[in-house]
Amino acid sequence: MTTRWFGERVLRLEDERFLRGTGLYTDDVGESALEGCFVRSPYAHARITAIDASAAKAVPGVVAVYTAADLPFGKTDLPLLIPHPSLTHGRTQKCLAYEVVRYVGEAVAFVVAESRYVAEDAADQVLVEYEPLPVVITPETAERAEQLVHADVPGNLAAELRQESGDVEVELAKAPHNLRLRLRFERGGAHPLEARAVWARWHEREGKLTVYDSTQSPTSIRGGLAMLFGLAETSVEVIAPDVGGGFGPKIMLFYPDELLVPFAAMQLGRPVKWTEDRREHFTAVNQERGQVHEVRVGYDRDGRLLALDVDFIHDAGAYTPYGIILPIITAAQVPGPYRVPSYRVRFRALYTNATPTSPYRGAGRPHACFVMERTLDAIARDLGLERAEVRRRNLLQPGDFPHEVGVGWQDGGRVVYDSGNYPALLETTLKHLGPKPPGEHVGLGLAMYVEGTGVGPYEGAHVQVLVNGQVVASTGIPTQGQGHQTVFAQVVADELGVRPEQVAVTTGDTRRFQWGVGTFASRAAVTAGNAMAVAARNVALKARRIAAEHLEVDPEDLELADGMVRVKGAPDRGLPLAAVAILSNPLRYAFGGGAEIATPFQARPRPGPPLPEGEAPGLEATGYYSPPLGSTWAAGCHAAWVAIDPDTYRLRFLKYVVTHDCGRVINPLVLEGQIQGGVAQGIGGAFYERLAYDSDGQLRNASFMEFLMPYATEVPEVEIHHQETPSPLNPLGIKGAGEAGTIPVGAMVASAIEDALGVRITEMPLSPLKLFELSRARC
Amino acid sequence: MKPPPFEYHAPSTVAEALDLLATLEDAKVLAGGQSLIPLLNFRLASPAHLVDINGIAELDYIQERDGGVAIGAGARQSDVEEDKTVRRICPLLAQALGQVAHPVIRNRGTVCGSLAHADPAAELPAVLLAAGGEVVARSVRGERRIAAEDFFKGVFDSALRPDELLVEAWFPATPGPVALVEESRRHGDFALAGAVRSGDRLALFGVAPTPVLADPADPTRGLTPSGDLEATPAFRLHLVEVLVRKAFAS
Amino acid sequence: MIRVNGVERPGPTSVRLLLSDYVRHELGLTGTHVGCEHGVCGCCTVLLDGRPVRSCLMLAVQAGRHEVTTIEGLAGEGELHPIQRAFHECHALQCGFCTPGFVLAVAGLLAKHPHPSETEIDEGISGNLCRCTGYASIRRAVQRAAELTG
Repeated sequence: MTTRWFGERVLRLEDERFLRGTGLYTDDVGESALEGCFVRSPYAHARITAIDASAAKAVPGVVAVYTAADLPFGKTDLPLLIPHPSLTHGRTQKCLAYEVVRYVGEAVAFVVAESRYVAEDAADQVLVEYEPLPVVITPETAERAEQLVHADVPGNLAAELRQESGDVEVELAKAPHNLRLRLRFERGGAHPLEARAVWARWHEREGKLTVYDSTQSPTSIRGGLAMLFGLAETSVEVIAPDVGGGFGPKIMLFYPDELLVPFAAMQLGRPVKWTEDRREHFTAVNQERGQVHEVRVGYDRDGRLLALDVDFIHDAGAYTPYGIILPIITAAQVPGPYRVPSYRVRFRALYTNATPTSPYRGAGRPHACFVMERTLDAIARDLGLERAEVRRRNLLQPGDFPHEVGVGWQDGGRVVYDSGNYPALLETTLKHLGPKPPGEHVGLGLAMYVEGTGVGPYEGAHVQVLVNGQVVASTGIPTQGQGHQTVFAQVVADELGVRPEQVAVTTGDTRRFQWGVGTFASRAAVTAGNAMAVAARNVALKARRIAAEHLEVDPEDLELADGMVRVKGAPDRGLPLAAVAILSNPLRYAFGGGAEIATPFQARPRPGPPLPEGEAPGLEATGYYSPPLGSTWAAGCHAAWVAIDPDTYRLRFLKYVVTHDCGRVINPLVLEGQIQGGVAQGIGGAFYERLAYDSDGQLRNASFMEFLMPYATEVPEVEIHHQETPSPLNPLGIKGAGEAGTIPVGAMVASAIEDALGVRITEMPLSPLKLFELSRARC
Repeated sequence: MKPPPFEYHAPSTVAEALDLLATLEDAKVLAGGQSLIPLLNFRLASPAHLVDINGIAELDYIQERDGGVAIGAGARQSDVEEDKTVRRICPLLAQALGQVAHPVIRNRGTVCGSLAHADPAAELPAVLLAAGGEVVARSVRGERRIAAEDFFKGVFDSALRPDELLVEAWFPATPGPVALVEESRRHGDFALAGAVRSGDRLALFGVAPTPVLADPADPTRGLTPSGDLEATPAFRLHLVEVLVRKAFAS
Repeated sequence: MIRVNGVERPGPTSVRLLLSDYVRHELGLTGTHVGCEHGVCGCCTVLLDGRPVRSCLMLAVQAGRHEVTTIEGLAGEGELHPIQRAFHECHALQCGFCTPGFVLAVAGLLAKHPHPSETEIDEGISGNLCRCTGYASIRRAVQRAAELTG
């Protein structure tokens, strides 16, 4: 096997349609669909006493108005993904609110009209009477439990989980040095530039439902819709077409619209679509990151960690549709790349009257990293040591793998790091960062992280060589800009001896591949990438088998290269793949690019039936990859020189260096894009973006004018270095990389600002105002 | 986020526009639309009538006049920014325009529209004030020239009456040292605080319901700025000190 | 009638239709994307008489006196425009949603500054949000486009 394309900076194959504006995003599907608009709760907590939709229904152009009472599934709780024994009080919302609303933006009614303009006019006419209830908005308030989000959930406590490895109390008591920290992280949001959208059509005569959905998991949506509507799964097709960024929150089962749009399309007999606008995205789409951590750490006089105790509360929002995966990940990832001999972690997931939470790029890790890195910086300060030196003394060594952390992982297994070289990450980064640039108020930021990536249970792929020699490949996972159509083509091209541009990859379309899980948790390359390799290898095996018969050689003597199946060492003896594709299907006629070459072989008589026993027609195969429990563990180090203007408290990155290890790299170009983009999101989350709720549960900055996503002027160029420590856990030796860039940025920025200004940073995000106040308090 | 229904009027002369403004109830003038259309899309404004002045050719001018520059209500910010006369006579205005939002917004936004919108955090009202300019308001009842000091009345509130059209802004020459320094969260955002210097005159913006003139030696005297998510009153006062120092440093 | 990509098209069916919705849904030119509808993200940027503007901050009916160019009209069916080529070569796009807006904003930038400085590049693309790339590759693409059109 050659690995010619794997590792190459192949320019992306999907670019042209995006550059020409001919991509297909869900709102582009069109086809004269009716358009939906939600009536959403303006209250964070209220009882609905009456809904009157009559005026709305009378607006010309309005086709239907649905409330909970109008839905056959109106009183059904939506599913709870990933149940967990510690989630003793899981709660999910109803498709449309029934009796009570628990966050601003919760869907109350759904208007369908001839256009979105008319639907919005009518939505203003739906009269809903609310009786406001007390609002619980921060995790600290939720913990005090003076008011309840759910009347039947005492203490607002959705879940509590304790884990311990070693005897932390004993070790803390014995430790020569102890520190306590309280570290707070506020809510943030992903805000892909394409908000969410769903389009559906019911084909009455075929009894078939077609749904376009900007989801990160079309296979799950399909299964859920089939169940809900009593249809065979084979009668439901869900397509995630081009998706304008995901970053986590586009995966749910379900957002209300994912049920209502297909439901309305079936009811009304016309295509229906709903395209979320930015204002509703601010409150209707899941958020993340609100946590408060109490940390106790014990260490020796050299700064070596002895025991770590982390007790944190997690702001779950109003419901737990996504279980408690976020705090589980935080709990698992606090120790990071360091040796923590005794580790205890407890979390409590608490309900608040805010939008529910689910993973957003980083998913529990930015806060975990913040906790560990802030702790190490505090130790360095306490002992008067260099921050890099404290890390050096605590890092796991290359010989320490596999390393068991002693806590549970999101896949239900244990956290076991498979491979890595953490000291090299640190030294490479510091070397490239270089000495401190001149200037006042310049600080060094430094942070390291690990990331469990590529969780199971599995993904699959189908690869087929068409009779014209074109290769098509498909997988169940969808894509939101990660370059899957290029990197998967590279993997397949290597196995089949073709060029990547000959491989057309389809993702996230259940018509092409119906099995799979989804694009999240930095898992696509690991799971679907390896599945692509397995499927393509199966195709290559079959190609050699068929060609061997016709060329009358041993399959072992054949290789796939340059679009041919040919005899090793005798490249003139062989068949084009197109011809093999024709031969794979024993028709009595032939068409396609290899027809002339294939015809003489086809005409030759052979013993047995035309299709040999056990053989299937077509040069195609399916492959699956299911990783072992425990994930592949990527890691990295970020460091920067950061200047703070002591007058305006603006932040400027003078130099930013990342060294990243995600095992073998399929395409460095694509990987660097993921890291640079991840860092930009991290910078946004560290210094510009926050979701500012007031005590009434109103989001005070629900627009792009006030939720400050960075422009080009706020983001530096990141210098990226690759380190490749192959994962022993999968055939390609790869680890995920999608979220990595974002994870350590908050911790790194905190470290830099502390160094530059001499103030203590214990919270995220920061802002000039926050730095002004911290500086004033210090004076 | 779609505009609510309204009646649309596209006069082609100022006279027609003034007639419309005199007769229509609840009409808004649509100039560049870079502030008004977001308000419509958010349905924070729902006027019964929109009077679109973009088709009035006679308003599209930039002229040297009375020792200053007169900017017609149709002139786009980017055209004014690039205009040689403006750069020569009123470099402050040209420099300030380079800091208004982003180039793509300035391609459509107008100078007069920004003044009429009277956003306290916007640059141009403060520039008019610092420079000592005036605006020309016309209605079927006649024409008024209103000095900058008298024009800005409050947050999004000006001396313009409902039947009046702001047809022109006049900026005097700014021969002395000029500067516009502002602090915003991101490049191009509305300012947390800003200072405009024209010679010895100083106007502040983002720190009061309107742009205000201030004493360069004691710029925060009498100021009681409001607080929001990104700046407390104390931080705004601090920024004023910093920005004024910068503005007068050269 | 409105002239879009060099072709006279029937005007909007409603005066309140935004230019962005008109080109997308009445003309089927869905390359113009809608990301915020309040003029911050820049996804909906089109050229109006050759200058980039936000199509979500204009009524379609206002475009009647102008020549509108959407991303579909930049290169037509032919070879990629040098700016599009540069974005491809520099991996300056990921999900592609902000891309048409960036490409047209850069068209405006290069028309004004054929050889832009780093500051001019930042200023020229400030006003367009990208949530995927982190902008570094977009800056490189602008430089590359300037070379290609050089």
